[in-house]
Amino acid sequence: MSVSHLVPFLAVLPLGMAFLFVGLAHVRGGQRVVPGLAVLTVAANLVLATALIGVEVGPIFVGGWGAGKTLGIQLNCDGLAKFMAVTINLVALVSIVFALAYMRRFTKVWLFHALFLLMTGAMNGLVLAGDLFNMFVFLEIAAIASYALVGFGCEAEELEAAFKYLILGTVGSAFVLVGIGILYAMTGHLNMGMVAATLAKVGTTGPAVLLAAAALLGGLALKAAMVPFHAWLPDAHPSAPAPISAMLSGVLIKASGVYALARVVFNVLGPNAPLATVLMALGALSMVIGVFLAVGQWDFKRLLAYHSVSQMGYVVLALGAAADVLAVGGNRTVAGLCLFGGLFHLFNHAAFKSLLFLSSGALEQQVGTRWLKEMGGLARRMPVTSFCCRVGALSIAGVPPFNGFFSKLIIIVGLAMAGHPVLAALAALVALMTLVSFVKVQRYALEGEPAGDGAATAREAPLLMGVAMAVLAVICIGGGLAMVPLGAHLLDPAREVLLDGAQALKEVLP
Amino acid sequence: MKHAGMTSIVQNTTRLVAGFIAVFAVYIALTGHLSPGGGFAGGVILAAAAALVLLAFGGRRTQAVLSEGTCHVVDAAGALGFVAIALGGLGAGVFFANFLPLGELHRFASGGTIALANLAILVKVGAGLVGVLLALAVYGTARYVAAERARGESPDPFLEI
Repeated sequence: MSVSHLVPFLAVLPLGMAFLFVGLAHVRGGQRVVPGLAVLTVAANLVLATALIGVEVGPIFVGGWGAGKTLGIQLNCDGLAKFMAVTINLVALVSIVFALAYMRRFTKVWLFHALFLLMTGAMNGLVLAGDLFNMFVFLEIAAIASYALVGFGCEAEELEAAFKYLILGTVGSAFVLVGIGILYAMTGHLNMGMVAATLAKVGTTGPAVLLAAAALLGGLALKAAMVPFHAWLPDAHPSAPAPISAMLSGVLIKASGVYALARVVFNVLGPNAPLATVLMALGALSMVIGVFLAVGQWDFKRLLAYHSVSQMGYVVLALGAAADVLAVGGNRTVAGLCLFGGLFHLFNHAAFKSLLFLSSGALEQQVGTRWLKEMGGLARRMPVTSFCCRVGALSIAGVPPFNGFFSKLIIIVGLAMAGHPVLAALAALVALMTLVSFVKVQRYALEGEPAGDGAATAREAPLLMGVAMAVLAVICIGGGLAMVPLGAHLLDPAREVLLDGAQALKEVLP
Repeated sequence: MKHAGMTSIVQNTTRLVAGFIAVFAVYIALTGHLSPGGGFAGGVILAAAAALVLLAFGGRRTQAVLSEGTCHVVDAAGALGFVAIALGGLGAGVFFANFLPLGELHRFASGGTIALANLAILVKVGAGLVGVLLALAVYGTARYVAAERARGESPDPFLEI
């Protein structure tokens, strides 16, 4: 049995464990083993995802249906899927270790772990899915688990945010399903490679394809929280428990939003000019509007949530610029540079935004508030958390030599080379605004004098939370320097899949 | 004794038909590979039988027979059974591959693992939906009744489950 036989376990192991936890919770003493098992499951997944790097895994035909069958379920474990799987499981492992300490004050912790694994497993399945319908199914599993997790605290405000997220998320999913339905009606296939091959014959500029593209782009842009579809995110992400905020902002909007968007635009529809324009417009709007909305926030987690909108804008803008270059058959190197920057920023954002959300959770738990004006002086009282928070802030603001600097630099250079100097300048300006907003965080939360009793009596976060944050801080500091090995093993194979456009999944055809 | 649920006409009719509905649900699930239907449809019909019992006898009496915790465990067992069938396929080469003899076309034993998978889905969907219905019936009415009492009004006796 080779490692490629184990690929389905990326999705199945967490799903199976999630169901097992529900059973264990009703057995005497079973609840005590749940957190440990959850950590082991996610760790095993990370090991498996890492072991898959560099291993050539062809398409896996679930149930032995074979190539060229319209009906069979197929898993594509290509470069892009491996890159996403490593990112997802890395953030999941750190978040769940953090949750071991953080979730102690909650009840029904087993339910948290079951939902957490359900969401992680669904995201793994989503990035592996080789057909549109399974992509949709896993998108929904991940989304439904996340609706429940956003409202996990069961306070009125959290339930309201979860309900808003539920309604908007379902509307987005419905649009995705409509888009998939139109493509299925047109081509008779659901397999991404076969849909791409059929579309190449009938052309991708007909009104039906454009309608499908519009539905898919709208729905997935909502999942990715692109402006103007971002309204749910600033409520949903801050309301969740901190490890879940880290998962939602760190990987969920990437897996179910940006990844699916990239897969559909590049590998199914094939990059063309109208799609590229839409992606660039969405990206630029999110990047600018997100940061301006973030600057004025005084709620720490809400501020971070708006920055997620802004930073995802960078990624989508870079993808759009690459699609724009590829659409006219332009220079492959320039498109590759944009894609490299976008994917690298996706990885970096997963690291520093998770770190920031985890540290905001640690601060909130100690101080008892998310309001920046009521914090203060925490750098002395919580040195480890504050140090990690600062590393995250410097990374997101793009200060050298942290990882965010390198990915933003590559995106800006890529944009300029792709012939969008205005957008490049805008990206640089947004980086400056991000810095301003995080200087505010540093000033009010970490420096100065304690503004309330909570801040005056805060103590350092528990060890496990500190360890989780420290791991991400190391990735943020080392990410920039590790760009070359990361690029060679993870980013380049992922970039190649997107660069090949509609040809990428043709190998599955009989 | 306080009246719970609906009149004895409804209760007796429910006693009569609920079992048949449940058997029909199992039939729909087990012949899913031969005729329209399948595990999900069967599970929904099974939950419909439970909904009938819930309406006729009220939440408390239904809960005494079938608690939410039981629904959790049965639901998880169904899902784990489905995962086990998928993993059994791994033994036959690929994930989800059929590892049972295929049998003769149009006969009951002709679907390989499909009938087993439908059975697992029946258990999963049935128990899951019954759990949802129980939760809605018990917590929903409990809150409503408490709110009515808080306003000083006497709530509808039907809701005193």
